[in-house]
Amino acid sequence: MQPVLEAQQYCTFIVDGALFGVDVKRVQEVLRAQDLTPVPLAPDTIAGLMNLRGQIVLTLDLRHLLGLQPRPTDTNTANVVLRTDDGPVSLLVDTIDGVVEPSPDCYEDPPETTRTNLRTFLTHVCKLDNRLLHVLDPERLTDITHN
Amino acid sequence: MDDLIHEFLIESYENLDRLDQDFVVLETGPDAEVVGRIFRTIHTLKGSAGFLGLGHLESLSHAGENLLMWLRETGEAPTREMTSALLSAADASRVMLGRLEVDGTDGTDDHAELIATLNRLQRDAAAGGIAAQPETVAEAAPQPTPEPEPEPEPAPMSVSTPVAPPVAVAPTSSAAASGDGEHPKAAGDGGSSVADSTIRVDVGLLDRLMTLVGELVLNRNQILQYSTALADGAFTATLQRLNHLTTELQEGIMKTRMQPIDSVWAKFPRVVRDLSMVCGKQVRIEMEGRETELDRTIIEAIKDPMTHLVRNSVDHGIESPEDRVRAGKHPQGVMSLHAYHEGGQVNIELTDDGAGVDVDRVRARAIERGLVTPEQAARLSERELVGFIFHPGFSTAAAVTNVSGRGVGMDVVKTNIERIGGVLDVQSTMGKGTTVKVKIPLTLAIVPALVVTSGDQRFAIPQVSLLELVRLEGAQVRTSIELVGDAPVLRLRGRLLPIVYLNRELGVERRQTWRDKTAPPHDTGPDTDAAAAAAVNTAIDDQRQVVNIVVLQAGDHTFGLVVDRINDSQEIVVKPLGKQLKGSGPYAGATIMGDGRVALILDILALAQTAHVISDTAERSGRADNEATLDQTLDRQTVLVTLVGDGKRIAIPLAQVDRLEVFAASALSMAGNQPVVEYRGQLMPVIHVDELLGCYSQDDMPSLINVVVHQCRGRTIGLAVRRVLDIVDEHIAVVALTGGGALAGSALINGQVTDILDVESAITTIDYRFFESTEADDTSTGYDNNTGGDRTNELVGAL
Repeated sequence: MQPVLEAQQYCTFIVDGALFGVDVKRVQEVLRAQDLTPVPLAPDTIAGLMNLRGQIVLTLDLRHLLGLQPRPTDTNTANVVLRTDDGPVSLLVDTIDGVVEPSPDCYEDPPETTRTNLRTFLTHVCKLDNRLLHVLDPERLTDITHN
Repeated sequence: MDDLIHEFLIESYENLDRLDQDFVVLETGPDAEVVGRIFRTIHTLKGSAGFLGLGHLESLSHAGENLLMWLRETGEAPTREMTSALLSAADASRVMLGRLEVDGTDGTDDHAELIATLNRLQRDAAAGGIAAQPETVAEAAPQPTPEPEPEPEPAPMSVSTPVAPPVAVAPTSSAAASGDGEHPKAAGDGGSSVADSTIRVDVGLLDRLMTLVGELVLNRNQILQYSTALADGAFTATLQRLNHLTTELQEGIMKTRMQPIDSVWAKFPRVVRDLSMVCGKQVRIEMEGRETELDRTIIEAIKDPMTHLVRNSVDHGIESPEDRVRAGKHPQGVMSLHAYHEGGQVNIELTDDGAGVDVDRVRARAIERGLVTPEQAARLSERELVGFIFHPGFSTAAAVTNVSGRGVGMDVVKTNIERIGGVLDVQSTMGKGTTVKVKIPLTLAIVPALVVTSGDQRFAIPQVSLLELVRLEGAQVRTSIELVGDAPVLRLRGRLLPIVYLNRELGVERRQTWRDKTAPPHDTGPDTDAAAAAAVNTAIDDQRQVVNIVVLQAGDHTFGLVVDRINDSQEIVVKPLGKQLKGSGPYAGATIMGDGRVALILDILALAQTAHVISDTAERSGRADNEATLDQTLDRQTVLVTLVGDGKRIAIPLAQVDRLEVFAASALSMAGNQPVVEYRGQLMPVIHVDELLGCYSQDDMPSLINVVVHQCRGRTIGLAVRRVLDIVDEHIAVVALTGGGALAGSALINGQVTDILDVESAITTIDYRFFESTEADDTSTGYDNNTGGDRTNELVGAL
């Protein structure tokens, strides 16, 4: 298990029934469902482009990225906008959960049996009281080479 | 101190750039004002260098200054050697400034040799020149080299005292000279009053402002949309005001980013001068429209391509003085640059009066490189041949010089120009010269675009690629779009235009509900009419049988893009797509529409490539059209110019040309009295046009025969000609011939007398048994409106 030295806060959200989180410092903002313009011929992981106050922001479908079930058509979505070196990138999630600060002793490495799609982006698993928090690596999520 | 050095660098670079131009001007003849300006520049440089403790730079500029001082006082024009030495000094100064930028020193090279050259030139000139004050100047000259003065002023003063310099020079520079204060900056400011009314602004800041204004424009558009719902007088008035202010602000910000094209051209006189010396040529450069303004992003983008074109022109275009004299031209070649605004675009023309592109050499190279077979090459027009210089790795230079001829370049130039939405065109006349025309947009940040809808999604098409809009309705839909193999084409004014369906290319399907209502589009097959209709069906508006075709220009090719709906045209703010989307599809960027949604901007060149519109073997062809009789189209028309017999020029209207083919002479055989050849599984009668016109060639029968294939009502006839020369599109005034027979008349085409073949009467000479399959309604064919047609009917009827 990798030691986690200082207390970390995560912005958490639900995707396909599971709880995921990214470092809150990397999150620019969270938004409810936005109008998305699909990009024909682009990889499936790209959900589309949205207008964020005059800035055009690429939106990635986290379900696709993590190899989860495709989203049923009538479900709601929300956006978690991450800061990256190349401007903001948004993650399309099911619902926003909140912000949690897990105690340093609840971190664990993802088990070896995790599916590869998920494994690529997972840094830790946190044992919260009644559920597991999947901590995602924002760098890898927004790096197209893994997509 | 850092700020000071930064200022010094900016100013010095600017001054040195101007210097290059000034020196070249000076070479043409003495000009007191220019000498004064150069002198001040160098003087300022020296002063600032001394102030900043840059010893090497100071002593070099001092030596240069001495030579300039002599020039200023005597009013002599500098010799070539002097100019070269001074230019070298400017270059060396630039190198030192470059060092200063990197590590804060002026380097280790003391440029002793250059300083010695400058001093020697000045001494020699002074000795051989004005007899009155040789001693004073000669005495003053050696002094600076050993001991660079810490204080900038004394050196020029001591040299100039005996001659009373400020009075001796033109009034403009005397004012400046007297303004030479202790502070180095003062000397520079004295040069121009423009400096007082301008400030330097960081380009990044301008870019940010531009982005903000772009957003403001979008915001305004959104508010305007809401305002229609609110009928409040005061609000509407305020909004009007906001509307105007935003527009003005946008224009203002756009202007701040504009730079005159001269910022690219300024270095060309120097480039041309240096290059022509290396190549042993004499070239004069003329520039017109240097004040033409362009957005700085465009300026950046055209810098390299333009430089390449200029270099190319000097190296390849203009001949050596001896060759020029031999060709009866002035030994000095002229290269002219001309820039002007036209229809929201900037045209740049680069013309030289050199040798032009040697099409025979291009042809030879093209064959050598395997780009075309010798047979194909023989049939290529001059225009097509000139186009080969844009082929990657293509060079006709006899020898590779360090200037050009390595075969990299012209293709890159073309690509770079096209990348920014520009168009490049080369016209060349052997022995007369070459003109390269470049057409580029004014700006890349905000562009006019056509917004279209396809598959429930909007796309923006930059207007620069747009040629025209074609709307097919009702019955036209079924008849206008035909298939060549499985490729849909549209007949547009006698030409076949390849058709691309945007929704197919992008894989964006329309609503399922709609598709269920119409016949399922079965895949294209050779069964033309049904398949064409099916292909069209996928794009038909479900209410009103309409097909919208956007005719686009992608490089040299035109194609029609079928879209579901054409919305409107508007100015869009171009935003780049992130790196994650690079190469995802044919997109040039994205923009935000008035309703706040994002729309993708189509990259027409990339789209043409993915749709295979652009391929290596593009063939120009026109279809024989029943309506397009000779008489109707004579006014302005496209004709195929051919050579028959012993050099007789015969033109055939392109509308009556179906294909151009080459057959081996041995493939021709006789069926009765009629020469025939097997063509596409059928026997095609061949008419030897030279026999028909009675102008037999003295030569033997060539081994390959060029045949112009004419098609009418499913019948195919071959017209054998000696050579296919060109395709010409111009106003053709036909002079009727008495007893013309198979000729419709004569005309001047490309400045040469050319006979125009009357295809209809020509084919009446052949044996009509080949056309036993003629339809019963033959009376309605295109033949019946001339005598030939009547004979056709007689013949058919007799069978």
